Amino acid sequence: MRSVIWSTWSQRQHCSEGPTGGLEAGLRLSLAELECTPLRQEPSLHTVKAVLILDNDGDRLYAKYYDDTYPTVKEQKAFEKNIFNKTHRTDSEIALLEGLTVVYKSNIDLFFYVIGSSHENELMLMAVLNCLFDSLSQMLRKNVERRALLENMEGLFLAVDEIVDGGVILESDPQQVVHRVALRGDDVPLTEQTVTQ
Amino acid sequence: LGCYDVISVDVDAPQQEASLHFGYVEVAPGISKADSICRRRPSPPVKMIKKFDKKDEESGSGSNPFQHLEKSAVLQEARIFNETPINPRRCLHILTKIIYLLNQGEHFGTTEATEAFFAMTRLFQSNDQTLRRMCYLTIKEMANISEDVIIVTSSLTKDMTGKEDVYRGPAIRALCRITDTTMLQAIERYMKQAIVDKVPSVSSSALVSSLHMVKMSYDVVKRWVNEAQEAASSDNIMVQYHALGLLYHLRKNDRLAVTKMLNKFTKSGLKSPFAYCMLIRIASKLLDETEGGHDSPLFDFIESCLRNKNEMVVYEAASAIVHMPNCTARELAPAVSVLQLFCSSPKAALRYAAVRTLNKVAMKHPSAVTACNLDLENLITDSNRSIATLAITTLLKTGSESSVDRLMKQISSFVSEISDEFKVVVVQAISALCQKYPRKHSVMMNFLSNMLRDDGGFEYKRAIVDCIISIIEENPESKETGLAHLCEFIEDCEHTVLATKILHLLGKEGPRTPQPSKYIRFIFNRVVLESEAVRAAAVSALAKFGAQNDDLLPSVLVLMQRCMMDSDDEVRDRATFYMNVLQQKQKALNAAYIFNGLSVSIPGLEKSLHQYTLEPLEKPFDIKSVPLATTPITEQKMEIAPVATSKLPEMLAPSRQDIYQEQLASIPEFQALGPLFKSSEPVQLTEAETEYVVRCIKHTFARHMVFQFDCTNTLNDQLLQKVVVQMEPSEAYEVVHYIPAPSLPYSQPGSSYTLVRLPDDDPTAVSCTFSCTMKYLVRDCDPNTGKPDDDGYDDEYVLEDLEVTVADHIQKVLKPNFGAAWEEVGDENEKEETFALASVRTLDGTQFEYFKKADACAHREAVGNIISFLGMQPCERSDKVPENKNSHVLFLAAVFRGGHDVLVRARLALADGVTMQVTVRSTEETVVD
Repeated sequence: MRSVIWSTWSQRQHCSEGPTGGLEAGLRLSLAELECTPLRQEPSLHTVKAVLILDNDGDRLYAKYYDDTYPTVKEQKAFEKNIFNKTHRTDSEIALLEGLTVVYKSNIDLFFYVIGSSHENELMLMAVLNCLFDSLSQMLRKNVERRALLENMEGLFLAVDEIVDGGVILESDPQQVVHRVALRGDDVPLTEQTVTQ
Repeated sequence: LGCYDVISVDVDAPQQEASLHFGYVEVAPGISKADSICRRRPSPPVKMIKKFDKKDEESGSGSNPFQHLEKSAVLQEARIFNETPINPRRCLHILTKIIYLLNQGEHFGTTEATEAFFAMTRLFQSNDQTLRRMCYLTIKEMANISEDVIIVTSSLTKDMTGKEDVYRGPAIRALCRITDTTMLQAIERYMKQAIVDKVPSVSSSALVSSLHMVKMSYDVVKRWVNEAQEAASSDNIMVQYHALGLLYHLRKNDRLAVTKMLNKFTKSGLKSPFAYCMLIRIASKLLDETEGGHDSPLFDFIESCLRNKNEMVVYEAASAIVHMPNCTARELAPAVSVLQLFCSSPKAALRYAAVRTLNKVAMKHPSAVTACNLDLENLITDSNRSIATLAITTLLKTGSESSVDRLMKQISSFVSEISDEFKVVVVQAISALCQKYPRKHSVMMNFLSNMLRDDGGFEYKRAIVDCIISIIEENPESKETGLAHLCEFIEDCEHTVLATKILHLLGKEGPRTPQPSKYIRFIFNRVVLESEAVRAAAVSALAKFGAQNDDLLPSVLVLMQRCMMDSDDEVRDRATFYMNVLQQKQKALNAAYIFNGLSVSIPGLEKSLHQYTLEPLEKPFDIKSVPLATTPITEQKMEIAPVATSKLPEMLAPSRQDIYQEQLASIPEFQALGPLFKSSEPVQLTEAETEYVVRCIKHTFARHMVFQFDCTNTLNDQLLQKVVVQMEPSEAYEVVHYIPAPSLPYSQPGSSYTLVRLPDDDPTAVSCTFSCTMKYLVRDCDPNTGKPDDDGYDDEYVLEDLEVTVADHIQKVLKPNFGAAWEEVGDENEKEETFALASVRTLDGTQFEYFKKADACAHREAVGNIISFLGMQPCERSDKVPENKNSHVLFLAAVFRGGHDVLVRARLALADGVTMQVTVRSTEETVVD
């Protein structure tokens, strides 16, 4: 229900408002949602609703959704578009969009997002985001940009698989993640290998 | 073709291996090689690929090697999985492409997915680590698309129990993805071993996979509790966290077990911050359920977490305390001070988390947050707008009246930097603030007028205009400044809706200000400059000035004359009409046609007119036969969240009364009664928890009343039939007809009706009490099947008495200009009486010490009582009693059944009790009584 209202609303947003409607428009609704949040959620390990990586055109490079908040590809892409429009011009690292907490980070031409429920502990989501970014940074030898990432897609797939499993945080230590992804020996230069392993 | 592929690959492969240090870099050469293969292929789609690839190569570094992947081409390539020997690099690349396509949301058909899946299983023969890991991923991704995924079970089981630690964790996760309950039992032994494995990644994988399996096979996973328990004491922080999560999910329905577990872990202490967060959540849930007091050890535990080293845990604990119901200010204090520290953190996420939680505290305990005001003010300029908005709205909730000026100044510096939708939030906050501190209206008004002058879209301007209008309505002193600001605004306003709204307001309020003439200029400017709709509204507003102020009348008439030359029909019509009415110089005409418009329900009018045109009668159309508009419940603008407003507009649903009208008209016995005059709110005739629940709605017609009894049978072993509510009137009312509800099965409401004729000879007998008894035939029935016995017995059930009061005969109408209507009705049928309101006096007496407060209270109480007793509509906001006044005049307007206007002026004076002098005027004599 809420998401329905949202999607119609945000569509209207796209057509009627200019590009500057952006972030604050999202905030307005988010605030309303904020003020009527129910008390508490059931204690659960399920923390992450989605992990996204978009390029600087807002196109999906990687997207993994862990629940049915956005069941169809169409809804997912619409959400990604919305999220990108509202975050790509600012360097602030957290926002509340469509009733979800979004933590994000950008580097050169990549945008990393970790999405969780608005009741979720923001710092937990942040831990996931940092772990993902730091792991990739090590695997790509600090060269975190679109081209390098595309050339190492399997590394990315494996890393996310080690960090989150079905919405549960599996590992939050980038060293461990890089170790477990275990790209072939000749992949990591000797010096770094000694540091990481 | 397939052969070609393979041959060229095999030839190329060694050379590549030699030339490239690292397999991933082969992407570009790989594609150019694919190109060379493609060139030999005739099919058009492949040619397309070739073209795109070329373009990509030319465009250089910006290219995406996956951008123009074709699913069919990739699946074609997947055939090389079947070749011996396996080329790991090439296969890895193809698997990556497949997963990439799945990730992009590409749809794979069952057949093609199954085919690829089976080809992939062959890759288990290779010992390349990365390739194997990608196979696990492919299995997981395809688990729901492909058929017969279980064929890889044995390979995965082998990897999960093998020597390679790198394989074991991911193999467990992939295996659990494709396993069902029966197969789970087969691997149960391995799962138990894996949970307690000393390698953290294996243990974590097994625990998390078990957690996912709980939903499907609770009974199997339940048997692994001991292993999970052992894992919980692991040194690894993630294993600890996952074990705790699994244990809780297995035990969450057993409160005692959860309590024990909590005790154990809170005492032993954990290393993992994640596990601490989980513990805090479990503890606060348990506190919530057991309604444990805040002296419980669980609360102490949560509080102790405020001193944890890890910010994540500290925040979780603070948030848990803030969200507890009935938290006292003292208990909140430590949590708030922790959050206060976070407000100045360099991490945006932490600042956000803190201010968001403080915002929640401020809703219930504004005073608890005041200590953080300084920190919050620093956040107003935060580069993250989420944080800034939250800081502002929190401050507006917590700020004291004295700080409002300073806050407003701060906000004005801020407002210009942000965009419209965000400003609307601020305007709404200001609007709420105005209600809280009415005395600050001058500051607000200034601020709002400045905002009104800035650029902005319609939504934003509308929010400001609405806010100003509500301030004007709340504070009579602010009326003139407010109107002046609005006049200035319409001088340059591109929004027709807002301009007409303001013109209407000017017409209503302007004539009664000390200097009405100054508004004329603004209004007439609109006639000269604006579009048709605005011009028409301006003409109506002008007419109101002319009708109310005799000295302005000549000039208004001159202006009207000019308007009669307008190019638009509607404007000309209005001008001509008003011109003629005004020239009569009769107060009654002015009142009826200029101040107080039609008070009928618009859908009702439409229906009646349509009916009339279908069957033209000899006599003219009678407006009194049209049902009256029920006055809308006063809007509570401030409480409607923006979400609601965005979906509400233009929802012109038929009113409740129109629905009843339809329902009743469908019953043949009631068709002759004429239009429905009024329907009351439902009255409960039984207690809420009884066997049968009955509520009554009173429908009033010109000479009759229909009582609609909505009955619900709450017994699942009974079927009621022929349900009738028998009514014994106390006065001269006469029961004409009963319409029974034929059948009343369990929990399905049904309606029975009773028609009563109102006494004609004595129109003063308006109130009456009916004693009601419900009579029915009971048939016992089977609670499960609902099948009734063949025979039943008669029974009856006594209901509470039903009262008919004056309010049922009266429909509220809103007369925007009460004074004019009062004069219009005249004093022919006037009656004056004085009452001392006894009930109010007692209230006054008890609150004697708070004299001033009681003063206003008594007034309000009295006013409320009168309104609800008479069921009339208060006019000109006379229902709001200003404070510190000893007397008050209440204006009420309504229509008596049959269409006679009734106006009541009640003067209330406060002496020892409240004395009320009621003056009633009506268009018909009998009604006055």
